This record gives sequence, C-alpha cells and structure tokens, in this order.
Amino acid sequence: MKLKNLLGVSSALCLCLNTAQAQETNEVEQLKQQLRQMQENFDRVQREQAVQISALTEKLNSLASQQSAEAEKKKLEAQLAGELAPAQTSAPPPIFSKSWSPSAPITVARAGSAYMNMSFDAMMTAGGSTAADPSSQLQLGDHDPVKNGFSLRNAEIALDGAVDPYFKGFANIVLKLDKNNQTEIELEEAYAQSMSLPGNLQAKAGQFFAAFGRQNAQHPHQWAFVDAPIILTRAFGPDGLRNIGAQGSWLLPLPVYTELFLGVFDGQGSTMFGFRNLGDPDASGKNRFHGRETLNRGLRGPQDLVWTPRIASSFDLTDEQTLVVGASAAFGPNDTGVDTGTQIYGVDLYWKWKAPDAHEGFPFVSWQTEALYEIFEAGADAAAPMPLPVEILRDWGAYSQVLWGFKPRWVVGLRGEYADGNHGAFDANDVFRGERERVSPVLTFYPSEFSKIRLQYNYDHGAQFGDAHSIWLQLEFLLGAHGAHKF
Amino acid sequence: MKNIILTLLAALLFAVNAQAKLNVVATTVDLASIAKEIGGDKITLATLAKPTEDPHFVDAKPSFIVKLNHADVVIEGGAELEIGWLPALLDQSRNEKIVAGAPGHVNCSKGVPLLDVPATLDRSRGDIHAAGNPHFAISPVNGKIIAQNIADAFAENDPANAEAYRANLKIFTTALDAKLAAWQQALAPFKGRSIVAYHDSWPYFARDFGLKIELFLEPKPGIPPSPAHLAEVILKMKEENARVIIVDPYLNRRTADTVAREAGATVVPVTQFPGGLKGTEGGYIQLEDYLVNSLAAALAEKK
Repeated sequence: MKLKNLLGVSSALCLCLNTAQAQETNEVEQLKQQLRQMQENFDRVQREQAVQISALTEKLNSLASQQSAEAEKKKLEAQLAGELAPAQTSAPPPIFSKSWSPSAPITVARAGSAYMNMSFDAMMTAGGSTAADPSSQLQLGDHDPVKNGFSLRNAEIALDGAVDPYFKGFANIVLKLDKNNQTEIELEEAYAQSMSLPGNLQAKAGQFFAAFGRQNAQHPHQWAFVDAPIILTRAFGPDGLRNIGAQGSWLLPLPVYTELFLGVFDGQGSTMFGFRNLGDPDASGKNRFHGRETLNRGLRGPQDLVWTPRIASSFDLTDEQTLVVGASAAFGPNDTGVDTGTQIYGVDLYWKWKAPDAHEGFPFVSWQTEALYEIFEAGADAAAPMPLPVEILRDWGAYSQVLWGFKPRWVVGLRGEYADGNHGAFDANDVFRGERERVSPVLTFYPSEFSKIRLQYNYDHGAQFGDAHSIWLQLEFLLGAHGAHKF
Repeated sequence: MKNIILTLLAALLFAVNAQAKLNVVATTVDLASIAKEIGGDKITLATLAKPTEDPHFVDAKPSFIVKLNHADVVIEGGAELEIGWLPALLDQSRNEKIVAGAPGHVNCSKGVPLLDVPATLDRSRGDIHAAGNPHFAISPVNGKIIAQNIADAFAENDPANAEAYRANLKIFTTALDAKLAAWQQALAPFKGRSIVAYHDSWPYFARDFGLKIELFLEPKPGIPPSPAHLAEVILKMKEENARVIIVDPYLNRRTADTVAREAGATVVPVTQFPGGLKGTEGGYIQLEDYLVNSLAAALAEKK
C-alpha cells in the first residue's frame, strides 16, 4: 500500500516537473514570438516611413513643378491671347456687306419632362436722351425705355405646351415698371392653337398678336433693337396690334411655302389702336383720339370687328439664302365717328444669309424691311378746343434694318426709319403724326443663348421736336425652357 | 396631241408611283443616310440640316414647313439635339402624322443609353442637355439601334413593305457589324490614347473604340475657348501625350490650329455627318471609315 502511495506521490511529482518543463518551453516560444512581432513591426514602420518619405519627396517635386507649370501656363495664356486676338479681329468680312437677323442667336429652348415650357425673360434698359421725357415724343413703343435713367419694360413669363392631342396652349404675362417704377401687369397673349385640323388648316383663338407683317407678332426679346419701329407704333399704337379674336391659316399645297391668314378681332381697346379705341382722356376727362372726342359705338355686327388678312411666301434662293415676303392688311371701324373706318396695308421682306459652316448660327447677314400705309377716316368734332372737320388722315412709313452677326455671339446692326402723313387739322399736337426720321446703329453681345447686352444709339429728327439723340444700354436674361422660335 | 396625252399619263403614273413611296424627312444627314439604307427605293427622302451645319443651330426655314407638311415619317435624333428649331416647324407643319408621339415621328435616341446625363440642371455649367449628350449617332454601336428604330417605324407606317425594310435592316446591321470589328481592330493599337475635341460631341465614339476624348477646347459646352482655358488644355495635352485635336467643320479651326502648334499636336478635321467633309458623302459607313482611318493615321504618326 505504502509503495503504491509512494509511486503515486513520485508520479505526481513527475507530473509537476513535467509541467514545469513545459512552462519553460512555452516562455521561450512566447519570447521568440515577441521578437518576431517586434521585428515585423520594425519592418513595417520602416516600410511606412519609406513610403511617406517618397510621397513627401514626390509632393515636394510636384509642388515645385506646379509652380513652374503655373508660370508656364501664364506665359502660354498671354501668348495665346496675343495669337488669337488679332486673328479674330482680322476675320474676313462676309461676301455681303449688309444684312442681319436677331432671332437666330436666341433660338432657345430646353424642354424637359414637364407638361409645359416655362420661362422668365427680363429686359432692362439704362440710358438717356437729349429730350427731358423721351416717352412723350421719341420712344412711343410700350416696351421702349420709358424715361432717362433706368427702365424695366418687359419682364415676361412665357408658358407653352401641348394641351391635349388637339391643342397647343401659349400664354405671355408681362410685368413692367411704369415711370414711377410701379408695377404694371398685362396679359399680352393667351391663346390655343389647333394641331389636327384637316386640309392644311390651322386655327388659333384667344388674345394674341395679329399676323401683320414681320415684327408685330414677335416678342421684344426677338427684336434686334431696343425699341419698336416708329411706323409700327403709329399704325398699331404702343402695344402692337393684338386683341382677343380668332385666326385661321391655310398652308397652300404648293412646292414653295405660301400661307394665307385671316384674323378676326373684337377690335376694342388701346391694343387695337386705330380701331375701336377710345383714346386717352383730356384735362376735362373726355376721351380723345387724333384730337376728336371718341364715342363708344360698341359692336353692332360683324362689320364692326377688325379683319386682318395676310399672305406670306418664302423662297430658298440658295442653300444659304432665304427670303420671306408678305403682304398684310387690317380693316375695321374707328371710334372718332359713327361710320368712320380704318384701313392699314403693309408689305414686309426678310432676307437672311447664313454661312454654310455656321458655328452656333454665326456668321450671318440679314435684312428686314416693312412699309405700312394707313387710311384713317376721322370724324368731325366741332366742340373740340380747336374745331376738327371730317378728314381722311393718311399715314405712311417704313423701316429697314440690316444685321451682321460678324462672329459668334456678336451682332452689329443699323436701322433707318421714316414716317410721314398728309396734313391733318390736329397735327401740331399729335405725337403719332407728322414727319419723322430715325437712324439707329446697334451692337449686341450674347454671352450665351440666354443673355444679351445691347448698346444702341438713336438719332431722331421730327417736325415737332427737331433733333434728338439717345443712347440706350440693354440687358436681357432668360431663365427656364423657352419654346423654339419661328424663322 | 397623242404625245401630250402619253406624257400626261406618264406624269400621272409617276405621281401615283411617287405617292406610293413613303415620304421621309430626316433632320440630319447621318440619320438620312441610315434611313436610305433601310428604306432603299421604297422611300423618298429629304434632309433638313446641312452636313456642315451645327445641328443645334439650324434656321427653322419656311421651306422646311412644306417638306414636313408632305412627310409620312419624320426622323429626328432627339435628346434635345434639334430642340431649338424642330418643335416650331412641327407646330406649323399641320401634319398630324409626324407630331411628337405619333407613329410617323421617329425619335432615334429611343433605346440608346445616353451618356453625360446631368444630375442637376444648371446653366452656369454651360449649355447642358437634360437628357444626356445628344451626339450619339456617330457611334456605330448606336448606329445599329438607330437603324432598328427607323426600320420599326418604316414597317409600322408602310406595312406592305415591312419585309423589305427588315431585310435591309439585316443587311445594314451585318455590314456594320463586320465593319465595326475592322474599325475596332484598326484603332486597337491606340487604346486609351487621349484625343482633344473642340466640343463634347464624341463620348460615344470614344467609348466604342477605347479612346479617351475628355479634353475640350471649350471650357463649358457652348462657351467659347478662353486663352486661360486653352493654356490649361495645352499643359494637360503635354501631360497626357494627347497629340491629336479633332474639329468639326462648323467649329473654329483657327483656335484648334493655334493649340496644335503650341502642343505639338496635329488637327484632324472630322464630321458627324456624311458630306460634312470631302470623302464622306457616301453615307454612314463611309463616314465611319473616314473617321477611323484618319484618326488611326494621325495617332500612328503622332506617337
């Protein structure tokens, strides 16, 4: 038993010893591992530092080279500016020395996924005239600068889109600042246009500009000048010929573009200037037009509506030249008598040349001319401060303008105008009558399709005011998606 | 008298015959050229934009209204390529068959994966396109999609000749596939090479042929080059060893020449439209041949 115990003790001792030995071996292993780890760490740090050192060196080098690159860039820039500048100014002039077109550089539109195009277009003017109040005799158009200093006469919200498969809808809401910088608002246009009439017909209805001549139906941001032509403001008034009504047009089945238009308008109001327009009140509150007290004769039948027929045709003279010619008329009653009527006739021409390899629509040359003749049957007004007889007022005038888009984004233009009429009893006080001439050079820069900066000088001469000089600087910007323009 | 009657009859027959053909109007010559391959003698074809013209800035001439008025099918690139001028023409054309959404209105961008779609619409970044880069037709890979779109539309609008259109499509696609392999092979040695363009019209072409066309003379789309930007481009060209500048006929060649001189590069005239340059009048495949050959030659020369 004892022996057995001894054996047990000794074996237990052995076991202990064995364990102790094993513990010693473990320690050695651990130490070895620690050493390995330290060595690895050391290697890693060394590697990392090497990477850091090389990165820093690289950075240092690149900084140094960047500095020299910066210098090189500056040098190159100056050199390029030198090389490009004279080259551009010495660009060869186009074959044609005269002509122009304002709509081309702003064929603007970015339709998205929305149901309509929506855009906001603001045009403001700064400048001055030798006349104390340029709006009294010189600048008669409603979008013209209204005073010396700053004017904002057209901030336009334009909406358009397909209503359904049958109609397209258009609306133009114009905000503008009057002489006191108070905001005026006007529903310039709001109309629907048919999309699916048979027989090459198209109809539109609502408030819209009459298809008369070329510029009347264009919005100011398509114009090539700051102001409206004199003869248009005389025949159509400050606002242009527009009213509520309807228009049908027919594209003739011919190989050349020929379109017939017939518009019919309510004919009432100041936007139907020479028609059923009560005119402006005088000091005693009586409404007068061409000096006569007007009578609101109302609408007695279709004969009291205003009718506007037009024919337009276009020819491609060459691949690079297009000509559009048109003849228009407007017939209707006027409010200066019980049975007095007005007739307006006009012819218009637009010619454009564009280079076959035009870049963004440049270079181009265009020429636009309109001539108008108005016959206004003025009623008698024996009670007027100066008694006025029955008389026929005949007015005529024309403007002609040439634009040259001489390099991308730059357009230079010149407009000449003339207007006159027969003698009328009230002429001395009538700013819309009498002989007048105006010459207007203009320079327009388009930073992009969506903005423009325009500088215009007007030399004015009128039988009523003698000579006048004006300078106008205009800025326009356009936001949003604007429908594509017609030619 | 008899002669006159015969002539009249012949004219009448001709008119009837002419009427039987599908009357197609394409906005640009590249699309017209593919339409010709698909339509063959079953269609009459008119094109609006000139091949040398900037397709974004075409005048909406009244004569185009007449062409569109007679059309059975109008083919446009879409993706806003023609947005500045085509919508006004379609409005005036009085032709229900071709208004947007009608079967006769082919938008070739349908099914084309467009590149460079902007995340936000912001014009301070230049004249960007909401739908993506619209210059997709120059890619032969996209050319096949365009051909398919056109063939589908022809078949739908002229079912009597549907078989012919499909057969022509097959011929064209097969030819294009064979050519594509050859073109890719011709440009394979230059994979990854950097090429400079005036305007960002070439991302699809670059993708098809493994080229890198990411340097532009314009600082932003539609904004003319400034000396500061050009200087930057020249330095980048030297850095990336970009030795070839491509310029469309309607872009400013003088600017490209100046940059080429400074950067020791060569200017290669290119066009996206058959007929835009001499030697490309033969149509879409000849145009691609021209582009591949002239690029390969210039890249080989300017190692």
